Amino acid sequence: MKRVHIREEVCVTCRRCEVYCTVEHSLSRDIIKAYKKERPRLLARVRVQERGALSVPVLCRHCDEPSCVFACLTGALRKDPETGAVVLNREKCVGCWTCVLFCPHGAITPDPQRHIIAKCDLCSHLPVPACVANCPNEALIFAEEGVGA
Amino acid sequence: MVPKYVIVGNSAGGIGAAEAIREVDSEGSICIISDEPFPVYSRPLISEFLAGERTLDGMLYRPRDFYQQNAIEALLGQKVAGIDFPGARVVLEGSESLPWERLLLATGGTPIVPNIAGRDKEGVFTFTTLEDARRMERFLEGKPRVVVIGGGLIGMSLASALVKRGVGVVMVELLDRVLGAVLDEPASRLVEGVLREAGIELITGQAVREITGKSFEEGRVGGVVLQDGRQLSCGLVVIAIGGAPRTELVKNSPVKVNRGIVVDRHMATSYPHVYACGDVAEGYDFVYGTGRLTPIWPNAYLGGRIAGYNMAGKQTLYPGGTAANSFKYFGYPLVSAGMVNPQDGCEVLVSRQDRSYRKVVLKDDHIVGLVFAGDIQQAGVAFGLMREGVNVRPFKDALVRDDFGLTFIPQGLRRAGLGVSPREMVP
Repeated sequence: MKRVHIREEVCVTCRRCEVYCTVEHSLSRDIIKAYKKERPRLLARVRVQERGALSVPVLCRHCDEPSCVFACLTGALRKDPETGAVVLNREKCVGCWTCVLFCPHGAITPDPQRHIIAKCDLCSHLPVPACVANCPNEALIFAEEGVGA
Repeated sequence: MVPKYVIVGNSAGGIGAAEAIREVDSEGSICIISDEPFPVYSRPLISEFLAGERTLDGMLYRPRDFYQQNAIEALLGQKVAGIDFPGARVVLEGSESLPWERLLLATGGTPIVPNIAGRDKEGVFTFTTLEDARRMERFLEGKPRVVVIGGGLIGMSLASALVKRGVGVVMVELLDRVLGAVLDEPASRLVEGVLREAGIELITGQAVREITGKSFEEGRVGGVVLQDGRQLSCGLVVIAIGGAPRTELVKNSPVKVNRGIVVDRHMATSYPHVYACGDVAEGYDFVYGTGRLTPIWPNAYLGGRIAGYNMAGKQTLYPGGTAANSFKYFGYPLVSAGMVNPQDGCEVLVSRQDRSYRKVVLKDDHIVGLVFAGDIQQAGVAFGLMREGVNVRPFKDALVRDDFGLTFIPQGLRRAGLGVSPREMVP
């Protein structure tokens, strides 16, 4: 399956991935409205973790053996058998945060205001996820396994 | 029809097994039997049901057509009377019987009801099934005060549901703190603070000696008497002191039972072609390095999944599970996993400020337990290191930092974890 590959060595912590992820999943898909008007503000599903010179954008890995899916209490998370993506059914999520504990990447974010989790959906409605399309440095690459720089 | 796979139990473990079997074997017939009449639903959500936030449809763990889609025969509302192991047949109530080639026992747990005087009165409940929640519902209309006996996981989720319903709750816990089995003391105190803020009356170090009747209706709950003689009036009593493996089907059988059904790393019992998983089984606990009861939903699903693979002939090892829970009482997030009350020879790292608390328990530089409260976003990273058995010595002090995350993990390990293969790195 196609995944978003992370190249931390060229990530410069510009956080454009976070901004474009937020906008892409907002109601308006407008950067100003998404940040200034829509409340509660959406949480980015990719988060850049920074420490000194190190900078790592972290987002759902869509694992082959997804601990979050196995742990999900409600059936809200499942692995799509066709695409391989780990997808969230927002109606079924109750915000128990069990998946947050079981994700070894820390890639699932609790959204306490909405009582559901925020996680990457690979922008399934787009040919390329918004974070990848707007990364100026190709620190995020959308590709099949083993295909890289 | 001779079902190839017979699964007793229609919850996380049984469904995990059925799904794994279907990944490997699309042909072999599967039969799931449950004494509950409902399609598989999320048991932890019965508190949301009671709170009036979810209906059965909103609690379904799989779509209604799950059984049909996976060619599973579901005998729901059907009780198993017994199991004939030498004859390899499950005997259903009403004399019909089902032969099996592979059998999975995923019967779950049953609530423990201590011998309290008056426990047979109308208005005394346990709280583990949807039916319990439905029956309790009718008693809540007049908003009676409710006494919850037990400050464990079930008592907690029940109490939060009752508060949402506007019902007054008194919680009586035998130990000196709530959630004693899954939290350490500081974390218990944090939860207790949250409960009291929500208006729950908490009585610790006490037990209910007697459940008394109403003055003009002796058969119906009117109050309780505590060990110290205190009397509390109430209209409802819920006994939530814990569960026990539901092992009645394997009593006096060739299947080896300790506290729960004993299984190996393939989830196989001591009897050929018979497997067990979930709350009824003593699956491998990687923290203690032995089989133990670890009755939580995620372990039931994963154990069931491993059982399913092995039943269908795909040899797979259960990686093990341990007690691991996420709590969110009245919006306050808290997670715990493994050994939170450490034994001798463990190293404990703690950080604490305001309403945030972190604790990591190490043994020989390996994580064996953790508590994250307040901010839990990165708890999964620590729990992942714990499950993988990673030696954390080089970065252990970072584990309880506020900004702990993947950036503190050595590069090779971090990249492997994120699925970054060397080929993908920039030359």
